Amino acid sequence: MFQLLMSIWPIALPVLGILILGVGVGGYNERRHLRDLAAREQAVRHIRVNNLRHVTDADAVAAAGLVMGNVVIATDYFKSFATALRGLVGGEMRAAQMLMTRARREALLRLLEQAHAGGATEVWNVRFGFSNISQMRGKRGAMQVEVIAWATAVRRG
Amino acid sequence: MTSAPAAVGGIDRWPGALHNAARNYLHGAARMLLVNTEAVPGRQIIEVLGLVQGNTIRAKHMGRDIAASLKNLVGGELRGYTELLTEARRQATERMMAQAQQLGADAVVNVRFTTSAVTAGAAEMYAYGTAVRLA
Repeated sequence: MFQLLMSIWPIALPVLGILILGVGVGGYNERRHLRDLAAREQAVRHIRVNNLRHVTDADAVAAAGLVMGNVVIATDYFKSFATALRGLVGGEMRAAQMLMTRARREALLRLLEQAHAGGATEVWNVRFGFSNISQMRGKRGAMQVEVIAWATAVRRG
Repeated sequence: MTSAPAAVGGIDRWPGALHNAARNYLHGAARMLLVNTEAVPGRQIIEVLGLVQGNTIRAKHMGRDIAASLKNLVGGELRGYTELLTEARRQATERMMAQAQQLGADAVVNVRFTTSAVTAGAAEMYAYGTAVRLA
């Protein structure tokens, strides 16, 4: 038994290290990102957002233009591990859901910050696109996703 | 025309919109109004010129890939990839705008973007929309 433990130690230690690093730093990064999102969302709270295709009261529009935001974001190894386990038993994949939520919020926020910089007060026809970067790279492992948001920003006269 | 708003402009005309090069995909682009609504708010479309499109396929960069795999340990944004895709999408959009310019368009309406994985390690960015002339 002791010898078995000693023999798997060189493999188990790095794996354990990566998992612990993932739990610690990954969790910290996620909380910091959520705090950052909440703070930045306050600054653009006054912008009205919708996904309607027709701008109402178009005569009062002073300027309009395309705005967009995108982000590529990855989970940590611990979350990927947890997700893989979840794949065995079924149920909601919280880690993946959190990743997508963070990515969409970040992409939309970058879009809104661009609109805000242009003096826009309204954003129309918001669309989201998604692509899985890790699949593109032909690799398995940590989830890497890109979310893109685009919309028409409007400034009223 | 005189009653129409004077300051309708593309993203390049938004004051301060180019505050961050990484977040802006139309840096230094030609003057062309882009919207993803079906009409240009406050302006009248007098002629529909047809579909315009632009695309580009980009392969990943080895150095960025290594950096990304290190970042994978702890999760978070992969800035190298964000910039790569932003830049690729900007190029696809510029190609679409160049096509619209050739048709003599004032604007491209209903702009859409898609991304597809063509081969492992490469992504295609595709932008398309309808070129129109405005009153």
